[in-house]
Amino acid sequence: MTAGTLAANGLRSARIALVGPPNSGKTTLFNTLTGSRQKTANYPGVTVERKSGLLRTPAGHAVEVLDLPGSYSLRARSPDEAITRDVVLGRQQRETLPDAIVCVTDATNLNQHLRLLLELRPLGRPLILALNMMDIAQKRGCRIDTEALARELGIPVVTTVAMRKHGVHDLLARIDALLSGPQTETGVTATANWQEPSPDAIRGYHHEVERVLRQAVVVEGVPAHFSRQLDHVLLHPIAGPLILLFLLFLIFQAVFSWAEAPMDWIDGGMASVQQWLSGHMADSLLKSLLIDGVITGVGGVVIFLPQILILFLFILLLEDSGYMTRAAFLMDRLMSAAGLNGRAFIPLLSSFACAIPGIMAARTIAHPLDRLVTILIAPLMTCSARLPVYVLLIAAFIPNITVWGGVGLQGLVMFALYAAGIVGALLVAALLRLTLLKGGRQPLLMELPSYKWPNPANVLLGLWDRVKIFMRRIGTIILSLMVILWFLSTFPAPPAGGTEPAIYYSFAGLIGRALEPLLAPIGFNWQIAIALVPGLAAREVAVAALGTVYALSGDEGAVTEALSATLAQNWTLATALALLAWYVFAPQCLATLAAVRRETNSWRWAAFMFVYLMALAYIAAFITYRVALALGEAEMWQDALALLIVALAGLALLRPYIRLRLFRTGACRKEGNTSVASAPPHSGCGGCTLGSGCAKPRNRIDSANNQRDEKTFQQTSP
Amino acid sequence: MKLSSESERQAFQLGCAVGLGFTQPLGQMRPGGMGRILAVSGSDRDIERGLLEMGFVEGARIEVLHHGWLRRDPLAVRINQTMTVALRRCEANAVLVGPLLDQEPEALAVRLGEPALS
Repeated sequence: MTAGTLAANGLRSARIALVGPPNSGKTTLFNTLTGSRQKTANYPGVTVERKSGLLRTPAGHAVEVLDLPGSYSLRARSPDEAITRDVVLGRQQRETLPDAIVCVTDATNLNQHLRLLLELRPLGRPLILALNMMDIAQKRGCRIDTEALARELGIPVVTTVAMRKHGVHDLLARIDALLSGPQTETGVTATANWQEPSPDAIRGYHHEVERVLRQAVVVEGVPAHFSRQLDHVLLHPIAGPLILLFLLFLIFQAVFSWAEAPMDWIDGGMASVQQWLSGHMADSLLKSLLIDGVITGVGGVVIFLPQILILFLFILLLEDSGYMTRAAFLMDRLMSAAGLNGRAFIPLLSSFACAIPGIMAARTIAHPLDRLVTILIAPLMTCSARLPVYVLLIAAFIPNITVWGGVGLQGLVMFALYAAGIVGALLVAALLRLTLLKGGRQPLLMELPSYKWPNPANVLLGLWDRVKIFMRRIGTIILSLMVILWFLSTFPAPPAGGTEPAIYYSFAGLIGRALEPLLAPIGFNWQIAIALVPGLAAREVAVAALGTVYALSGDEGAVTEALSATLAQNWTLATALALLAWYVFAPQCLATLAAVRRETNSWRWAAFMFVYLMALAYIAAFITYRVALALGEAEMWQDALALLIVALAGLALLRPYIRLRLFRTGACRKEGNTSVASAPPHSGCGGCTLGSGCAKPRNRIDSANNQRDEKTFQQTSP
Repeated sequence: MKLSSESERQAFQLGCAVGLGFTQPLGQMRPGGMGRILAVSGSDRDIERGLLEMGFVEGARIEVLHHGWLRRDPLAVRINQTMTVALRRCEANAVLVGPLLDQEPEALAVRLGEPALS
């Protein structure tokens, strides 16, 4: 085989892997190379996406291009980077060693990006260096002698401008030349013997990069000032957070208002399909399955597609422009108080629309533990499916009056429910980080790339990817869950003389009635217990289910209105409040659990999430119910509210004294000896020719540190 | 004065900078502060390697650009005028920064009055 050429042996298309640091324009290059002929799958066992695409070179070779996750080094720090390493080394299951590696680097940042190439070089695989973003480098006045670079590195070098179609011409020609040349089998042992580079090896790579660049860079460009100046505003200690807040407000606004019309269309479409079916089909089980199971259930999830799309549009735009890392920068300190990473901010934000895209967005968090914690708390963010339930119960039980300065009490309660979710999420995150998911706090080492205009093709392809993933999930796991739930709430059929609604006699009814003694301590009656079972499909289905239980019929609006009145008569305030508290926490959404199962690749974590959220919901509902009962039913709610406000005020006053020092000091104390100031590195002191003089500066620095510590202590103490 | 090996040169440079009181951990620097990295270390090799991989290497020129709005954490640091990296103060303290010497350490030593060490 060694003598043949890859193109000639014709057994399979050649495979080329794109490897490069994040922000090197790798994905843009990939999109330009392959266009829409892309396929997104998953690597077995992990949630890392495998992106591949087909490409036909000018000489007619078919090439499969693999876009590997961005990585600064072969020493993997995250699951994504581990995939890059394993594919390049041929260790990934079901993935053969790529025939050639294209190392993509940002030409404006060569002295940081070339190091990866030097790590790849000893592997002995055919290698091409692509100097990407060459146009930007040239605009900055930078001139690179590519021939000298190729000579010094011993590797073919091409320049690319990934944003433009013709910018990849040289690269395609190189690939052709490589595929027509003799195929070599070298590098197999080199990849097998690969070891993680030691710190000193990395230093060596840095020196080598410097040497090469001294030879190859003719004129060093002027660094870009645009990003710097923009950062002065966007990362400003006061303006920065305000701008972020404004952006978040804008996104929220867009998610809820722009999506309204398309959501109505989907709703209307589903309703007309339902009507058409009920008009044209004879009463049968199949009809019931289609209408009550498939359309109602799946429609209840599909309806969130517009919101998800708008949300992801914003996320992709922010991601592509480079602002997302700035948002993570601004939020990192806040999030790390709960043991989270700054990057967890976006997934949690997404979860306000729906937890499923939020859980999907957690992929951007590199560290597995941080990612897991973020996934586990994402369902605590109040998603829009809870709104119908909240609206129903608030309308039924909370009087529509204004308190203090024109703030509506109903709105206040709604806000409190949102706040309860956020506070609960942060507490759970902190608790998880202290107990189950202990483990060193991961360092934040994040490149802040230069700002650039988002590339429309990247954004559209990214959006299309999300739609495909979402629809595939609906088509498979969600659909099957809905069918099972329909089965449970339909069979067995009610007996001939049954006086209760049909669902009472079904399996769902049985389950609900069996659960009733368990739910009685938190004030739930059998009607609620039954409604909770189909409510597992999607939270808002519980409203329809309650309608069924109380034997109401009509379209959704009418049911809600009638139900509101019925509930106000039949339930106590304590029960309603307990149900609200339940809904803040309860994992009333199987689709979310399925998403967790997929993203964590284990039923164990999905089950864990289910159990902990159930426990939390039960405890919260129990406390709410008992407190509400103790405060004496309907008349006392004002006192309860007053008490709550007093408690909050007290907390606010005491805040300086209550310090969650756990994470702040814990992590740094553990790593305290990483500080150079307290321990000079390199055994520099041993070889230091200053001899005894060494102790003096050391003391000086130590005492200077002590002074600083005292100073900060004085600043922070009240 | 003879400084034969690279490590001796580095040690000497470090000694000079420390002697002049010009060094500080990166975590203590304020926005606008500039310098050259003298040493990157850490009891945790992974942190050391992580820092090195992001470009925090001895001899690199750095400039602190911004800090976070809450407790002035994390930091945004520009490395070699090409790349900006965000990191927490905690990890930044593993990087020791000296003055932005544009001369060779020998020249600095002359300015110091040539300590008796040849």
